[in-house]
Amino acid sequence: MNKFKSLLVGAVVAGLAATSAMAQEKVRIAFIDPLSGPFASTGNQGLSIYRHAVDELVNKKGALLNGAAEFEIVPFDNKISAKESLIQLQVAIDQGIRFIAQGASSGVANALTDAIKKHNKRNPDSQVIFLNHSAVDPALTNDKCNFWHFRFDANADIKMDALTDDIAGNEDIKKVYIIGQDYSFGKAVAAAATRFLGEKRPDIEIVGNELHPIGKVKDFTPYARKVIASEADAVITGNWGGDMVGLGKAIMGAGFTKPIYTYYGATSGITANFGDQGDGIVKLAGAGQVNPPLSADAEAFTASYYEKFPELDLGQPQMANVAPMLAAAINEVGNADDVKAIAYALEGMEHDGILTGKTVMRESDHQAIQTVTVQGQASEGLTFDYDNSGHGMIAETVVELASADEPTTCKMKRP
Amino acid sequence: MALFLVNILDGLVTGLLLFMLCSGLTLIFSMMGVLNFAHASFYMLGAYFAYQISTITGFWLGLLVAPVIVGVFGALIERYGLRRVHKYGHVPELIFTFGLALLIEEVIQFFWGKSQMAYSEPEALNFAAFAIAGNSFPAYKVFMIFVAMGLFLTLLYILTKTRIGMTIQAALSYPETVQNLGHNVPLVFMGVFGVGTAMAGLAGVIAGPVLGTFPGMAVQLGSIVFVTIVIGGLGSLWGALVASLIIGWLQTFAAAYNVAMEDILTFFGFTKPENIWDHPLQDLWTLTLPQIGPILPYLLMVFVLVLRPQGLMGKRET
Repeated sequence: MNKFKSLLVGAVVAGLAATSAMAQEKVRIAFIDPLSGPFASTGNQGLSIYRHAVDELVNKKGALLNGAAEFEIVPFDNKISAKESLIQLQVAIDQGIRFIAQGASSGVANALTDAIKKHNKRNPDSQVIFLNHSAVDPALTNDKCNFWHFRFDANADIKMDALTDDIAGNEDIKKVYIIGQDYSFGKAVAAAATRFLGEKRPDIEIVGNELHPIGKVKDFTPYARKVIASEADAVITGNWGGDMVGLGKAIMGAGFTKPIYTYYGATSGITANFGDQGDGIVKLAGAGQVNPPLSADAEAFTASYYEKFPELDLGQPQMANVAPMLAAAINEVGNADDVKAIAYALEGMEHDGILTGKTVMRESDHQAIQTVTVQGQASEGLTFDYDNSGHGMIAETVVELASADEPTTCKMKRP
Repeated sequence: MALFLVNILDGLVTGLLLFMLCSGLTLIFSMMGVLNFAHASFYMLGAYFAYQISTITGFWLGLLVAPVIVGVFGALIERYGLRRVHKYGHVPELIFTFGLALLIEEVIQFFWGKSQMAYSEPEALNFAAFAIAGNSFPAYKVFMIFVAMGLFLTLLYILTKTRIGMTIQAALSYPETVQNLGHNVPLVFMGVFGVGTAMAGLAGVIAGPVLGTFPGMAVQLGSIVFVTIVIGGLGSLWGALVASLIIGWLQTFAAAYNVAMEDILTFFGFTKPENIWDHPLQDLWTLTLPQIGPILPYLLMVFVLVLRPQGLMGKRET
C-alpha cells in the first residue's frame, strides 16, 4: 500500500513536472518592422497589437496545443530597410524562429517573400512561414505569390473596391480628384481607383490624377488650391504619415467640405491633427473595425488594449488575427515544428476574426478575405477614440468577405 | 486669374515664413562666419514648446513665451558651447552645430514621441478671412503675414536706426576695433545668437499649426534655409527677404501648374513614343512641373552661384 502511495505521488509529481516543463515551451514569432527612425510609430503600434493578441487570444486562454505551449513575440528592428530586414530574417532563422511577421512597407515585404522562398527551397529542415500583416501591394498575392507567404490585411485593390463602392453609392459625387505619393504604392492606388470607378460609375469624371514627391512637400496649399479649382466632389489618396496630415489639413483649410477618401487617414497623431475639421469629411478604407465593436468580446478586447497601451491605437484590426489563426494551424498539426504542414493548415482556414468578422485565408493566393469597412471620422457615437483626441473612426459601409470573388493571377506552386 | 491671385498670396505666406528662419541664420552667419546647422532645430523647438504651452494656457501665451525660451536656450548654447569651441576654428564649430541638430531631434523624440502633435491654430483665428473663387484664405495666414512683416520692419529699424544696431553692425565687420572702443563684443555675439534663435523659434510657433509639428520638421526645412541665404547673399537681411519670397513663389507656382514635359516636347515637334512604359526616355516624357518643384530652389542656387557668387544682395566675395 505504502509502495503504491509513493508510486502515485511520484507519478503525480512527475506529471506536474512534465506539464510545467511543457508550459514553458515557447513558440517564437519574429516581428520584423521599423522600431526606430521616422516610421517607428507604425512599427510600435503593430508590435503592441501583436503582443495584445498573443496574450489575450492565445496565451491566457491556453489556446496553443492545449496550453502546452505559448507564443512569444521577438521584435527585430529593420529600420524600414529591405537590406536590414534580410539580415534580421537570417538572424531570426539562426535563432530557430520559424514564423516571420512583417508588414510596414511593401518594398520590404517583396524582398522578404523572395528571400523566404529561396531559403525554404534550399533548407527543407528549417523552413519558415511569412506572416504579412499589413503590406498591401496586390502583387504579393498575384504575380509574386508564393506558398510560404500569407497576407492578413486586405490588399490595396480590395480596399479600393470597398472604397469605390462607397463612392458609387453616393449620387452627389460626380467629380473625383486622385492624388498620391510618387512611388509604386501611390501609382497602384491611382490605377485601382481609375479602374474601379470606370467599372462602377463611368459617369464620374476624374478631374485630377497626380503624384507629388514623397516626403518632400513642405506645404500642400498649392495642391489644395488645385483640388478646389477642379470643383471635385471627393478626393482619393493613398498618402500616409506626414504627407497625409499635410495634404488633409491643406485641403480642409482651403475650404473643402466634401469627403476625402484615404487608406491611412487615422491614428499616429493624424486624427488628433484633423480634429473637429475632419469630422464627417475624412474617410478610411480598411480591414475590420473598432467602432462600433462587432461583439462584446471585441469590445472587451479593445478596451483591455487601451488599458495596456493608452498612448497607442488599435489602428490595424487585422493584425489581431495572425496569432489566433497561426495557433489554430499549429493545433491542427499537433506541433509547432512541421512548418510545411502548418502552412497547409493555414491555407483555406476559416476564422472568426475578433475585429474582422468571418475571415478566410483564400487557398488560391493566400489572401485573407475578411470584412472591409469604409470608416468616417466622427466625435459622437464612439466607443473608442484615436490619439486620445475625442475623435475616432466609425464603420459606415461594411462589406463582409469583401472581394471574395476577385480573380487572382497567382499560380501557386506547392511543395 | 483668381487661382493666380490665390497662389500669389500662398507664395507670400511661404516666403515670409522662410524669411523668419533665414533672417536669424544670416545674421548669425555674418557674425560668426559659420553656418549654424542647428538653426532649423531651434525652429522645431519653438513649435514644440509652443505646443506644450498651448495645451495648458492656449495659443497666445505660447506665441509670446516659446520664442523667449528658445532665445534664452540659444544664448546659453552660444555662451557655454559655441564660445568654447570657437577658439579651435570653424570646423569644430560646424561639427558642434551639426551634432546639436541631431541631439535636439533625439531629445524631442524622447519627450514627445514620433507622432505628429495636435498643435493647431487658435480658435479666434480659425475662420476664413476671405475667399477667392471658392478658395478660402484662412485668417491665420493673414496673421502669419502680419507677424512676419512686423518682424522684418522691427529688425530693420533696430539694425539701421538704433545704437545697438550700429554696435552690432560694427562688431560684425570689425570685432577687435569695437572691443577696443569699450564694447562687450562677446555679449553682443551672445545677444545676436539668442535673438536669431528666438526668431527661428517664433517661426516655429506660427508655422507649427500649418506645416505640422513632428520630429522631421527641422530636416524638412533645414536645407532650403541654407539655399535661401546663399541665394540672397550671406549676411544680407534684404537679400534674405528677396530670396525667401522668390523661393516661396517658385515652389507655390511650380506645384500649382501641371505643366507636363509631354506638352513641351510635343510643342517642339517630338512625337511621344508608342509604348511609353517600356521606353528608355519614359521618365523624361512623364515629368511634370510639380514633380520637379522641390529641386527648383537648388537649381536657382546653382545659377546664382555661377553668375553672382556673392548672392543677389551680398557684399562679400566669400
